[in-house]
This record gives sequence, C-alpha cells and structure tokens, in this order.
Amino acid sequence: MMLVLLITVLMVGAVAAVVAGEWSRHVPRWIALVACVIGLMCVIAIWANTSPAGGSVPSGQWLLDYRKSWIPSFGISFHLAVDGLSLLLLALTFFLGVLAVLCSWDEIRERTGFYYFNLLWILAGVAGVFMAMDLFLFYFFWEVMLIPMYFLIGIWGSENRVYAAYKFFIFTQASGLLMFLAILGLYFIHGQDTGIYTFNYFELTGTVIPFKSAFWLMSGFMIAFAVKLPVFPFHTWLPDAHGEAPTAGSLILAGLLLKTGAYGMLRFVVPMFPEAVREAAVPAMVLGVVGIIYGAVMAYSQTDLKRLVAFTSVSHMGFVITGIFALNELALQGVVMQLVTHALSTGALFLMAGMIKERLHTRDIGEMGGLWGPMPQMGSIGLVFAMASLGLPGLGNFIAEFLILLGVFQAHPWITVAAASGLIFSAVYSLRIVGKIFLGPRKTMETVPDFSFREMLIMAALTVSIVWLGLFPQPVIDTARPAITELVRFMDVQSAALQHQPYVKQ
Amino acid sequence: MFKVRLYNTSLMSNNDFNALMPLLVLAGASVLVMLLIVARLSHRLIQLVSLLLFVIAFISLLNIRAMLPYQVGSLFMIDSFGAFMIGLIIFSGLAVNVFSYIYFQEKEEGPKEYYVLLFLCTLGACVLAVSNHFVSLFLGLEILTIGLYALIAYLRARNHSIEAGIKYLVLAAFSSAFLLFGMALVYLQTGALSFAGMANVIGAASVPPLLLTGLGLMLVGLGFKLAVVPFHMWTADVYQGAPVPVTAFIATASKGGVVASMLRFFAAIDGFRSEQLQVVMIVIAIASMVVGNLLALRQSNIKRVLAYSSIAHLGYLLVAFIPGGDVVPQAVSFYLLTYFTATFAAFGVITILSGAESDAEELVHYRALFWKQPALASILSVAMFSLAGIPLTAGFTGKFYVLTTGIGQGFWLLASVLVLSSVVGLYYYLRVVTTMFAGTRDLLPGPPPKYPVFLGISMVALFVLTFALIWLGVYPDHAIGVVRDLQLLVTAPATSFAE
Repeated sequence: MMLVLLITVLMVGAVAAVVAGEWSRHVPRWIALVACVIGLMCVIAIWANTSPAGGSVPSGQWLLDYRKSWIPSFGISFHLAVDGLSLLLLALTFFLGVLAVLCSWDEIRERTGFYYFNLLWILAGVAGVFMAMDLFLFYFFWEVMLIPMYFLIGIWGSENRVYAAYKFFIFTQASGLLMFLAILGLYFIHGQDTGIYTFNYFELTGTVIPFKSAFWLMSGFMIAFAVKLPVFPFHTWLPDAHGEAPTAGSLILAGLLLKTGAYGMLRFVVPMFPEAVREAAVPAMVLGVVGIIYGAVMAYSQTDLKRLVAFTSVSHMGFVITGIFALNELALQGVVMQLVTHALSTGALFLMAGMIKERLHTRDIGEMGGLWGPMPQMGSIGLVFAMASLGLPGLGNFIAEFLILLGVFQAHPWITVAAASGLIFSAVYSLRIVGKIFLGPRKTMETVPDFSFREMLIMAALTVSIVWLGLFPQPVIDTARPAITELVRFMDVQSAALQHQPYVKQ
Repeated sequence: MFKVRLYNTSLMSNNDFNALMPLLVLAGASVLVMLLIVARLSHRLIQLVSLLLFVIAFISLLNIRAMLPYQVGSLFMIDSFGAFMIGLIIFSGLAVNVFSYIYFQEKEEGPKEYYVLLFLCTLGACVLAVSNHFVSLFLGLEILTIGLYALIAYLRARNHSIEAGIKYLVLAAFSSAFLLFGMALVYLQTGALSFAGMANVIGAASVPPLLLTGLGLMLVGLGFKLAVVPFHMWTADVYQGAPVPVTAFIATASKGGVVASMLRFFAAIDGFRSEQLQVVMIVIAIASMVVGNLLALRQSNIKRVLAYSSIAHLGYLLVAFIPGGDVVPQAVSFYLLTYFTATFAAFGVITILSGAESDAEELVHYRALFWKQPALASILSVAMFSLAGIPLTAGFTGKFYVLTTGIGQGFWLLASVLVLSSVVGLYYYLRVVTTMFAGTRDLLPGPPPKYPVFLGISMVALFVLTFALIWLGVYPDHAIGVVRDLQLLVTAPATSFAE
C-alpha cells in the first residue's frame, strides 16, 4: 500500500498543481514541494523499517510487495515491489524531485501550474518504473514519463527547444516500442510453453527461451535501455535534450531518466536472458569503453556548458554498462554506486550551469571566467563537484568507479585498462570546467550575486550527500547487496546448469 | 452452441420485426425528419428530434440483446458482433448529429435536409454490419454511398466541396463496379449469393482461381471504401472538402460498416486460408501503414493529417484482420472502438473551432490554443495521443490488442512494421500538440459563444469522449470483457435447422 501511495501522492499533487495554477502562480510550487517531501519521507520510512536496525527484516530480496489484478484477460496485474536496488533509486528519485522543485522556484514564471504538473508526472513515471514488477505495467510507466518530459523541454526549454524535444521523444519512443515488441514476444513464448499467459516478472524470468529468440528479445530490451542510458551510438539525443531543457529538466534527465536505462538492464535484461547476456558481454563492454572515451573527448571540445556536462554523462554511463556486463558482484555494486553518485554530481553541475545562466544569461564558457572573485561560494562548491566528476578519492564517484574497475578487471583485464584511461580524460575536462569558469581573467563586469539561501540549501544537501557517499558508502552497499548477490547467484546457477547440458544452445 | 432461430418463411415474423428494430427506427427517422421539414420546423427543433431518434435507435438496439444471435431470412445475421458494430455506428451518427448544429447553423446552406441524409447513411452502414448476403451487402453499401455523395458536397457553393463530391462520386461508382463484377464472378463459381451458401459450396477445398479473381476484384471495391493504399487517392481531398461532421462520419461509421461486412464475408468463406489473398492483404496493410504515415508528415492542414492518419489506422486494423481466427472480431471491434472515440474527439474540437467562413483546418489556426481554450486543447491533445497510441489513452490499448493478435499468430513482419510506422506517425501527431503549446496567451477575449445550449451539449459530448479515451487506456478490462464475448456467426449451426 505504501508503494501505491508513493505514486499517488505525486499524481494527486500534479493534478492539484495544475488546478491551483489557474488561480495563483505561487501555490503550485508549494504543492509540488510538499508532494515530493511526503514521498521522500515515505521512502525513508520504508528504508528504516526494513533495515536490520529497524523492526521487520524481510527474509528474501524483496522488502515490500503489492499486487492487484488490472487487466486479467491478458494476465496483466498492477504489481509493485521493491528490493534494495529499487529503494535506493526511489530515494534518489524523491531527493532529486525536491531539488528539482527548489531549483525551479524562481526560474519558472510562466504557466507554473502546468510546469509542476509535468515535473511531478515525470517523477511518478520514474518511481513507477523502479517499482513495477509486471512488464506491461513497466512499459506503461516507461511511457508515462516521456510525454511530460517532452512538454518540459518543448515549452520551458531554451532557443532550440522544439527540435530537442522532438528528438528526445522520437528516440525514446521508438526504442520503447521495440522493447514492447520484445515484451510481447516473451509473453507469447512463455504462454505457449506453459499455457499461462502473464506479464508477471517473476514468472517470466524463469522462461526457457531458445537461444536465437532470446538474442532477438534481448536486443529489443537492450535497445530501449541503451537509448535511455545512453550507450555510445545511441546517445545523440542526449546533448540536445540536456542542453535545451530547463535546469530542473536537465537535473531529472541526468539524475533519473538515464538511471531507468541502467535499472532496466539490471532488473530485466540480465535475469531474463542470462545466456544471451553472456554472449553479448564483450561487445557491450567494448561499447561502454568507447562511450567512456568518446564522451570525455567530446566533453572537452564543447563550448556550451550544459552540453559539456551532458557529454560527461555519456562518459560516466560508459562505466555503468561496462560494469553491468562484467557480471560479478564487485562491478555490479560499483554500478549501483555509480548510479547514485553520478545523479548527485552531474545533477549538481547542471544546477550550477542553470544558476550561472540565470546570472550571466549565457551557457557559453567562452564568455565566462574569473567567477571565483564575485562568487567564492559557488566556486568552491563547483570545485567539489568537478573533483567528484573526475573521481577524486573521498568523494562518492571514486568509490563507484573504483569498484567497477576492480570488478571488470576480474572479467577482462584489457577492457579495464582502456576504461581506466577514462579517469585521465575526466580529469582533463573537469579541470577545464573549473579553469574556464571560475579562474582566469573576468570576462564580464556585471555584478553577479553569490548563492541565495535557497541555492545554498540545494547545494549543501548535494555536497553533504556526495561526501557522505565517499566516506561511508557501506549503507548503500548493504542496501543493494541482497539484490546484487541474488542476481550474481542466478547467473552462476544458469551457467552451472549449462555445463551439465552443453546442448542447451541448440 | 448458440441457438439460432431460423425462419424460412417469406413473411416477416414479429421476432424478425423486433430484431430489425434499430434499422427500422433509422429508416423511419429519415422519413419522419423529412415530414418535419415539410412542416417548416426550425433547425433547432429538427436537430433535437434527430438526437432523440438516434437515442431511440440506440435503446432499441439494447432491447434486442436478449434475442441474439438472430438470423433474419438469409439477408441478415444479427449476432453480437454485428450488434456491437451497429451500436458503434449509431453512436457515430449520434456524435455527428451533436456536432452538426453549431457547424451548419452558421453556414449558408439550409441545414435541415442534412439530417435526412445522415439517417440514411447511418442506416446503410448498419445494414453493412449485419449483412449476410451479397444483396444486403450491396444495398447497404449503396445506401451509405449515395447519401455520402450529397453530404460531402453539401456546402455546394464552395469549391473544395464540389471537388470532393465529384471525386467521391466517380471513385465510389468505379469501385462499386469492381465490387459488382467481383460478386458476379464469385456467384459464377459458387452459384450462391448468401455467405452461408457460398461457404457450403466451397467447403474445405482449395480456393479455385475464378473465385480468387472474384475475391480480388471485391477487395479492390472494398479497398476503395476503406481508403487503404493503393486505393487511397481520394481520401485527403474528400476529407478536406467535406463539412467537418461529414468528414468525421466518413472516417468512422462508413469505414466501420465496410470492415464489419468484409470481416463477416472473410470469416464465412474462410478467406484467410488462401495464401495468395493473404499476401495481397499483407502488402496492402504494410503499404497503408507506411504510406499513410509518411504522407501525413508534410501536411499542414489538420483534416488532411487526419485523412492520412486514417489510412495508416486502417493499415493497423488489417494487422488484426489478417491472422484470422476467433480473436479477430474481438481485436477489430476493440480497435474500432478506440479509433472511433479518438477520431470523434478530434473532429469534435475542429467542428467547434470552425467559423462561418471557413473550417479551422490550417494548423496555424491552433497556435497557442492551449492558452486560449485549455479545455478544447486538452481534449484535442488526448485525442492525438490516443491516435498516436501512447499509454494512458485508448489508442495504446487498441494497438496492444492488435499487436497481440498479430504476434500471437506469428505475424512478426506486420507487427514490426506497425511499430516502426507508428514511430513515424508520432511526429505529426506531436506537431499538432506542439502547435497548440506554441505562442503565448493573447489578452483579447474571444467573442462570446453564439449558441450556448448547443455548445454545452457538444462540450459534454467531448468530455464524455475524452473520459472514455482515458478510461479505456487506464482500465480497459471492462471493455475487453465486453469485446471478448462478441460472436461472429456466419452460418447457422446445423442443429438449429431441426428446431
């Protein structure tokens, strides 16, 4: 029931915001803030209740489960469940949700009701994606977050917003539909094997699929997740969408929407098609490494601050896909860590880009410079997140990338060597950010105010989180562990079974 | 098995009379309205009476539910599928009727005769939906088409209307000729005109070439009415030239009736088993999906956009049609339900926005609509999303049903083309929505609505349609349950002859 509440509070808040927007410009933002805070508190309550220190410790991987029949004629149910992985990402969702509302506080002045409607609706979709345990429902939420995002970019974005919004929508929708075909394929294969037609995740994971079909079905899922993540050749929508979106839009895109891609791979692709995943591991890891290096090089050559940060996302997400396909516990723990820390560090950089744009009315780093003088607070915080982005020990990203590299080394040492070079590239672009924006001679003589109280609050929350994750990552690792060990155990069982039956492939 | 009461007497029994009541009400309504026109009643009164008559027809349809399935002579087979289709068609007539007052009140033509024709067209489409015989099929089609000639060119002083009317007249007559010739060939081969008789003659044997030729010619004729590629050339011009409510009728009821009769015919002779026919249909389906969506991309006129989109949608429908089997009537009726609802919501908004001089058909007209008239813009957005097949709307559930039908029988090619072409389709549906969000609110208030009562009725109808779109998208189980119970019968089961 708690899980349903998480989604309904956002949806009700969204409707309330759009209604209130008819009367007042300021009420919607309060409604949005309250909805996000309630959600965040619910997640924390679930976490506290299910952690070893709290009351009830569930025996298995799953902490909470809610199931209700939805469209029984097709075996579709409204099935939500969370394990540690979902819970971490849910916490991230609501945390960034609060920040997104706060950072839009003064930025959005027009059509506020509809703006906060879209914002909350995206969050509802993302939260649903992280909880859905029915593939139809999963696809449903997957699509729910698209349209409001399209509006967010298309209405409140900057100059080239319409193009960016189209591109985002068509890329993600096209790949999503291919995933839907794959879901239907799985549904029928399972139905014809067992006579039970269902979209239930737990029943579908056990389906025995002929290798060739498994490969095609996996490709259907992978293409949707790879576009979202984004993996190297499918990333072209990302710089445009990030660049043109309003600040909160970029924050949510980088912090949450990209994560749904990684989550989908961990939750669906790996357990459902273990064989095909093993076969595809090396090419996928190579694509990941290409993404790491390509993203970093592209980031270095950007002059638009938001596009620059967007390309660093491509680079960081390269680590994620490399880690996922290493298929061992260390790397997967690193991936989970990377999802959280990347959301925080990149989110912070996007927020900073937004704040600078509000003050200087430009995103061109050529026109910035010497901003440390008038804005020492922003400068120092900017330095912290640039360091986080390059993987400085003591900050969260270091833990994540280190774990991934360790895990990948067990699987493929040479890939690790190439991936590790990404750390050097990231140092180059991160230092360039700091150097170009905050150091050097001042380009404009306008007076620029430093952080306001609201901005300080946002940045303080992010800074504390990233330092905390860098120094005490254990709670995150503990929370995700049951899900990860289960995943790894499942893969091992599969391969053990395979050794006994060498002809399974045919 | 289902009990089918069969009467081989030439006289109509009371039961026959009751079973045909919806059709009779429609036929009588056209006469009644004609009499009212003679009595020089006002447009307003005639409109309300027509509304009432549509409602009566609908109620009489609900009334006969208990006696289904029922065969009337050898001409009609009123089964639950047919009744469902009649329901949809009468509902379409009703919706068109609701939107017509505001539209025609402002126009230069006397609007009264319009309602007579509307009843006749609805009747024709309903006859098609339950026809079980070549004679009733052809009669229904001609009643429908002849009414439409006049309706399309109703605003006869306007260039586009005349052009559209002539175009439709020529092509429809042409396609009727094809259909008739095809029927003749089928008759030559089988010696029967009723679907059941043909099914008996053909049996389980392979389809002979002469019959195949006949079926091919019939397909050409029906294809014109459905506007599937390559028989789609008239669509955009006719959609653009016809008055908006009539366009809505062509897009929905007239196609629905033809689809229903085609499905019944195919089910009767089991046309799905012929591989040549299947290949032809697959080519038609793929061509419709691809060409329809591609041609819509470059249109700047919303009526033309919807015209090409309807071509694509008929292509999607064929994906559910081609596999054959028990699921087909369900998938087809569900898809038609969602498509009808979305189309009416879209055309309803266009009707309300249209002025006396010209229709609100250019996309430019819709700039900033979301800030000027949020209610209408939201409704149009929902309709567009539904046509695009985006979750939370009926269109998605409909597409899901079609896809499961296709994939369930292993038609992966069709399913993939459907998915890829609907991605193309997204672009132009989104463009309509984007246009409505572009620009800013202008501060000048528009003129007050001229016909508050009828505007109110239209708005209520639109809200109901929008609610249905979202309801079918979020909680479709109820509707799926209804559709699942639908039975498409062609031949009366042998046992019932003994009765």
